[in-house]
Amino acid sequence: MEIPYNVAPRPDTGLYNAKLGIWLFLASEVMLFGALFSSLILLRSGAPSWPRGWEELNVPLATINTFVLIFSSVAVVMAWANFRLGQFSKGRIWLGVTLLCAAGFMVIKGFEYAHKFHLHHYPSTSNFFAIYFVMTGLHGLHVLGGVVVFGYFAGPGSKMYFSERQRFINRIEVAGLYWHFVDLVWIFLFPTLYLL
Amino acid sequence: MSSLTLHDVRITGAEGSRNYINDEYGALSWLLTKDHKRIAILYLISITIMFLLGGSFAVIMRVELLTPEGDLLTSDTYNKMFTLHGIVMIFFFLIPVIPAILGNFILPIQLGAKDFAFPKINLLSWYLYIFAAAVGLYVIITGGVDTGWTFYTPFSTQYSNTHVIGVTFAGFIAGFSSILTGLNFIVTIHRMRAPGLTWYRLPLFVWALYATSVVMLLATPVLAITLVMLMFERFTGIGIFNPAIGGDPVLYQHMFWFYSHPAVYIMILPAMGVASEVVAAFTRKKIFGYRFVAFSSLGIAFLGFLVWAHHLFVAGISVYSALIFAFLSFFVAVPSAIKVFNWTATLYKASVSWATPMLYILGFIGLFTIGGVTGLFLAALGLDIHVHDTYFVVAHFHYVMVGGTVMAYLAGIHYWWPKITGRMYNEFWARLAALLVFVGFNLTFFPQFILGYLGMPRRYHAYAPEFQVLNVMSTAGASILAVGYALPLIYLGFSLRFGRKAGVNPWGAVGLEWTTSSPPPKHNFEETPVVTWDAYDYPAMMKAVGETQNV
Amino acid sequence: MMLSDFPLFPEAASTMAHQVDALYAFLTVICGTVSILVFILIIFLAIKYRRRPDNQLAQDQEPPALLEAAWIIIPFIIFMVMFVWGAWVYFRLSRVPDNAIDVYATGRQWMWKFQHPTGQREINTLHVPVGRPVRITMASEDVIHSLYFPAFRTKADVLPNRYRTIWFEATKTGRFHIFCAEYCGTMHSGMIGWVEVMKDTDYQRWLAGGSEGSMASQGEKLFQKYACNTCHTNDATGRGPVLAGLYNTTVALTDNSMVKADDNYIRESILTPQSKVVRGFAPVMPTFQGQVNEEDLLKLLAYVKSLSAPKPATVAVESQQSMQTSAGSPLAPGAGQAPQPTTTGKGNQP
Repeated sequence: MEIPYNVAPRPDTGLYNAKLGIWLFLASEVMLFGALFSSLILLRSGAPSWPRGWEELNVPLATINTFVLIFSSVAVVMAWANFRLGQFSKGRIWLGVTLLCAAGFMVIKGFEYAHKFHLHHYPSTSNFFAIYFVMTGLHGLHVLGGVVVFGYFAGPGSKMYFSERQRFINRIEVAGLYWHFVDLVWIFLFPTLYLL
Repeated sequence: MSSLTLHDVRITGAEGSRNYINDEYGALSWLLTKDHKRIAILYLISITIMFLLGGSFAVIMRVELLTPEGDLLTSDTYNKMFTLHGIVMIFFFLIPVIPAILGNFILPIQLGAKDFAFPKINLLSWYLYIFAAAVGLYVIITGGVDTGWTFYTPFSTQYSNTHVIGVTFAGFIAGFSSILTGLNFIVTIHRMRAPGLTWYRLPLFVWALYATSVVMLLATPVLAITLVMLMFERFTGIGIFNPAIGGDPVLYQHMFWFYSHPAVYIMILPAMGVASEVVAAFTRKKIFGYRFVAFSSLGIAFLGFLVWAHHLFVAGISVYSALIFAFLSFFVAVPSAIKVFNWTATLYKASVSWATPMLYILGFIGLFTIGGVTGLFLAALGLDIHVHDTYFVVAHFHYVMVGGTVMAYLAGIHYWWPKITGRMYNEFWARLAALLVFVGFNLTFFPQFILGYLGMPRRYHAYAPEFQVLNVMSTAGASILAVGYALPLIYLGFSLRFGRKAGVNPWGAVGLEWTTSSPPPKHNFEETPVVTWDAYDYPAMMKAVGETQNV
Repeated sequence: MMLSDFPLFPEAASTMAHQVDALYAFLTVICGTVSILVFILIIFLAIKYRRRPDNQLAQDQEPPALLEAAWIIIPFIIFMVMFVWGAWVYFRLSRVPDNAIDVYATGRQWMWKFQHPTGQREINTLHVPVGRPVRITMASEDVIHSLYFPAFRTKADVLPNRYRTIWFEATKTGRFHIFCAEYCGTMHSGMIGWVEVMKDTDYQRWLAGGSEGSMASQGEKLFQKYACNTCHTNDATGRGPVLAGLYNTTVALTDNSMVKADDNYIRESILTPQSKVVRGFAPVMPTFQGQVNEEDLLKLLAYVKSLSAPKPATVAVESQQSMQTSAGSPLAPGAGQAPQPTTTGKGNQP
């Protein structure tokens, strides 16, 4: 007895198990970030004064980061497409590009944080910085998680391509869905924290 | 027995054949297992240990409360006792107990599946649970925590000087265990049903676990982030909940209860599922209003997300929000009432067996009814102002959680024990324990309703002398209850070695789990069953068995 | 001996107590009946249809839809009755009568401090008159507490970041429990006290006992100590709005929104003045966050309130007749020192 739909999608829904699982996991993640966004709204509406994002934060750097993440989302789709077409090395290169983008994002974020600390803006400085650091920090952890996963798939995990190709492609797709979500969170974070 | 056919399902496995227990030997074969049945046993052992730990805190508290003066323990110790009792019992016992033990063991078999959709994630959930429990135990050993299990700010963030970070970290990790369990259950129920097992043929236990899993998946992350902010606030001095720098302590309460109210449904919904299974099995009857009972589980799960602020009626929410949340709280009582009436109606013209699991469930229905209707007292705004944060709330909560969940868990473990271990326990001792638990429970907690209306606040180390008589009654009940809980440990343990062999289907019940051998083989079934009948199709079963078997 | 101190029902000593008790009785009867019916039904059915050799199989029957509908709709209607009744009691518990006398409370780990407008201060004991509504305005100095009067059937959480109010009208004299109902740390169960309900004459005599001057006059001293009076002058020439007649009026802010100048607004304007600046004024007031403690804040509040008393009241602690007849006039304290309210009154006029 094999576990059904582990690799092949179920015909009526077109989903294999891991894909259903990742969608549920992302629903859970939506609640996680949703709670933070709600706290942000409540804190901001109850606060006597709340700084404008662009006065305190570096909008150009964040804009660059937005494009870096969007590009990395494209890259992971390219990797998946190449693996599906049977072009292993091209797929791996695109995974490398994804990793590079993620690393770039973290480096830029690191510069932003360092600059904040240089100005003595710590999480305890004000509630604005508290929620800024909590939200971007949690998002950064998600990016790091993505780096670990893609690093594994590009490196030691890629052997699976030759043993169980379909499963490997599924894994890239599932990780890609997660990565799109991380990207999407940033697309919400950027305007709410930096532009409003 | 092994040649018995029922619904065209071949009953598989013969006595003495290889099963999941004797398939492999050695500690590693258990600790690295991906078999859902073995993981259920791992949970059974670890959760039982946590239950005994949480129970011992309760005993210490009840002994302290024998006298009005706080003379046995210091105030700090007492505060740690009720905090740890709450944390251990809620995060490490009530939330996982039925899904992680009974659900883990029975759900795939009831679906006719080999295992869960993600067996490795299932094992990971257990390791997360163990890690969280280890962090919790470390906190207990190194001094405990005194915030109450609710960790209200600003006490927990600025004033308590105990291990708040450690214990919230443990809760955070336990939350991940819960999320992964919920995710695994949902995917499995969607994907792994045996051919022909349509949604309306599912046992009600599966429906209940499905509703539970949705709540686990969507509510737990809110707790996770709330606890992260709390830890961060203690750690780095951010002020999201700190009024001195513009934060709002009541925001914490909103976020905490946004998880913790649905969490009580995480605790009670699986219990309702067990109740439906046991009632059907021991009345030999389809549950009255099957679809109403199934959908009331989903209704409770949905409405449970909309009533969190009824914990804040005296905390300073506006009159209008209080009205809305009170209204919705009465709404959530309706599906629970539907279930109680349907279970009761199932007894009508039934064939009621008085076996131990049924005794527990009859007790469950009664106690859950009391727990439920006293919830109405708390939803009635004007009355809640008086009884909020008193022993009335304590009694209500224990009637639902102990009278409900724990009774149902005991019913479930007795019902499926022959399947899990292949052995029968001693019926006399089991019935005696059920009786002791019922009597002890009522004696412990009914006086607390009266205490609460008299005005005794909860979490009081010392109390006014006029409350003593009722407190003494409560402590006396608790000692009976303790005996009632200790007995099953003994006779169930005894049955492992000396119990008589159970056979495939000792209760004469229907359900795919009763078509495989006891204990089940490693892969549950020799071949995938094909389901052509509705849940609880007892007439067809009795036709197949004939009227010879007399249980 | 034990049985004599074995009450099953709490003492009812306020106007609201009987209303809450009636609701409680109603719910107990309904819920008790339903619970007992369920118990009896379970036992009866479980015995009548117990498994016997001739009763091996249940007679399966489909549920009549009408029955399901009945036990969905009937409980729902009963629930709605409970909801409406509960809400009605809640409204009455939350609406403070207009003629309530004021008491101020601060909670801290682990004691209750009460201040009366006439200046008396007490710890863990509260003296109130019988037959008059009493409004308590409360704040916490540290964690969340909850002021609970079981005999009056009311409680409210005491928060560290804003004022809450609670009210009751005692109906009999005597001593009744005060509890802290929200867990607040080590000595939570020691944060208890007594409310002494006295006859009005005794209460007036008690009020006349020694004190350090009324809360409002102490507040006025603080008003000068913190140099508030340099900007908040009595005419429209100061840099800050005129405070006389301000209390409970509606004020227009610089962002064109309107706000009611209630207790919490005055508190906020002292602690974080920049948050809601009155239209026509520059945001020049410094913050007093962390400089004024909760008790002094309440004194300042009492002072600002005294500036808006409807008439320049004189405290008549000795003249009991005037106390009993002037039910509508608040016990405006210390008005001897208070400036006359100006007729302009509006804080938003520069």
